[in-house]
Amino acid sequence: MRKIRVLLAKPGLDGHDRGAKVLARCFRDAGFEVIYTGCHQTSEQIAAIAIQEDVDLVGLSCLSGAHKYLFPEVARLLQERDAEDIIVIGGGIIPEQDMPALYEAGLKAIFTPGTKLDAIVEWINTNVKPEA
Amino acid sequence: MFTKELLDQNDPLRKKWEDEVKRSVAKHADQKENWTTVSDLDIKRIYGPDDVKNMDFANDIAYPGQFPFLRGNQPTGYRGKYWTFRMFSGMGTAVETNERWHYLLSTGQTGLSTAFDFPTLMGYDTDSPKARGECGKCGVAIDTLDDFNDLIKGIPLDKISTSMTINPPATVLWAMYCAAAERQGVPLNTISGTIQNDILKEFIAQKTLMCPPEPSVKLISDTIEFGTKYVPKWNTISISGYHIREAGSTAAQELAFTLRDGIEYVEDAINRKGLQVDQFASRLSFFFNSHIDFFEEIAKLRAARRIWAKVMRDRFGAKDPRSCWMRFHTQTAGCSLTAQQPYNNVIRTAVEALAAVLGGTQSLHTNSLDEVLCLPSEHAVQIAVRTQQILAEETGVANTIDPLAGSYFVESLTNEMEEKAWEYIHKIDDMGGMIAAIEKGYPQMEISDAAYKFQRQIDAQEKTMIGVNKYVEANEKVDIPMVAIDEAVEEQQLKRLAEVKRKRDNRKVKECLKDLAGACKKGDNVMPYCIEAVKSYATVQEICDVYREVYGEYRDPGIF
Repeated sequence: MRKIRVLLAKPGLDGHDRGAKVLARCFRDAGFEVIYTGCHQTSEQIAAIAIQEDVDLVGLSCLSGAHKYLFPEVARLLQERDAEDIIVIGGGIIPEQDMPALYEAGLKAIFTPGTKLDAIVEWINTNVKPEA
Repeated sequence: MFTKELLDQNDPLRKKWEDEVKRSVAKHADQKENWTTVSDLDIKRIYGPDDVKNMDFANDIAYPGQFPFLRGNQPTGYRGKYWTFRMFSGMGTAVETNERWHYLLSTGQTGLSTAFDFPTLMGYDTDSPKARGECGKCGVAIDTLDDFNDLIKGIPLDKISTSMTINPPATVLWAMYCAAAERQGVPLNTISGTIQNDILKEFIAQKTLMCPPEPSVKLISDTIEFGTKYVPKWNTISISGYHIREAGSTAAQELAFTLRDGIEYVEDAINRKGLQVDQFASRLSFFFNSHIDFFEEIAKLRAARRIWAKVMRDRFGAKDPRSCWMRFHTQTAGCSLTAQQPYNNVIRTAVEALAAVLGGTQSLHTNSLDEVLCLPSEHAVQIAVRTQQILAEETGVANTIDPLAGSYFVESLTNEMEEKAWEYIHKIDDMGGMIAAIEKGYPQMEISDAAYKFQRQIDAQEKTMIGVNKYVEANEKVDIPMVAIDEAVEEQQLKRLAEVKRKRDNRKVKECLKDLAGACKKGDNVMPYCIEAVKSYATVQEICDVYREVYGEYRDPGIF
């Protein structure tokens, strides 16, 4: 089986990138292929990179409170371009009450502060089955 | 610091104690093998005269107000004046933030500090497509002088000092402050406050980015020059380690990178503007984090003052003692707080605030217990302000200056922090300075390494965060009031901005922006042009677009 390809992305104007960068390293150590966008990507850019790089999973990180708009936007753009097979997950400061709408929009998992790195890796290994 | 006789007396006592420890540990092993700070510095079981024997009281410690200012800048300590209780706040619209400010002043807070939303921080207007979903979320939305006037409504600018956490667009927001002061009839040479205006740590850590490093530093030298001439009570920069630490650095990295950033700014102001160091150095201010490791933080803050004094005297030849003063604000560590069992955060913040005070801070923000989860509620902010008031007025910790001076441990740890910082400073000097180091990704990678290591230690339970990896409450339901910004704020702000754009004299705006672009191209000081532009109701983005056009745009390279 080929390696899992992951795009880690920071949508919007938020600059809190500690979590995304820690995860990027963790995923690399876990044997995934990792692309990290850096901060300040538009939803358009993220969807385009995800499709172009043929990733299995997009991990979105946002700590500014703009997740309610930005996360569903990325999921929508991927669906619009027939790329709904790319799994979208999110993380950051996401209040409990915002989660139903994010799942509704197509996100498959949300990880909040305090989550163990290995728990995220395990979730990906369980839920992402890359096709050759 | 000790005579040979004293050290000789000490030797047999120490040896006896060491033997006793050996016997005792053989029977009951220590709870763990390695005892370290949160930044992984090894800590000894005990410290004694041996650890500080090379210190010289007059040169290394001395009295407050005396070089190297280890014990503070002011001879009177906190007796003349406590540190400034300065809580960082900003949310939603200018009107809402203004209400919060009046509330904070009514609780006994003595200074203001502004949080802007991300579009403002990055130099975009609320109507930019890039700003969708961000308006008012992380701070107050400011697009034009019209918003700014509402923000400071009823705040006497000649009496209250205001700090503004703004970096790439610092010239714009400061220009608005100057224009607002003029409107209140307050002369520029009487207003006081701070703009953060520290771009280097943005590339290193906080990532509010606009133009490349070199022209960004030029804009900072413009503000230093303008302040020196016309706004002499203003702190034109707050050289910040806070965000470096929040990004995951160690205490020593925070200290070293911050001071090395400071060196870069001083060099630029001297070389580019031809200023004399003593003309402007006393207006440089600093901003540090106070993290959870109590003594490490106290040592870091004490070391910061001593290193800076030496840098200013020895590297830059400063003659005025005030140029050697390191004046700094401190904020307790957001990254030490937990979303789990959030009331525990009150305790963490209190301990961190105590470390800041024992480290001799001049100004302090205490985090609210709910800041990991949402914007702080009024009740949570009140507890945070009261924490400072209890420290100042009940505990007695402000009675005497630098009470930990002379502690074998604290002095030894202070020396160790200083040594580690010098190592980094010299290394970055060898790379050709901080801009060159940033371009190589050096400080960014050092911080990433430290952040990853820390997270792994937490996951492996080698370090403890209560509620996260120890004493976890199964099925915990966090039950605190959550402050959320109404999505309607964005609509309101869009309307407001459209209204200002409709009413203003667009020809005048264009002219001002053209003049500003001309000044940028010629290398003139942008501040006078910026003030004219904001007075014509040019927006934050319109002005920042001029910078982006002339100087180029910088994008986060996404190094990990």
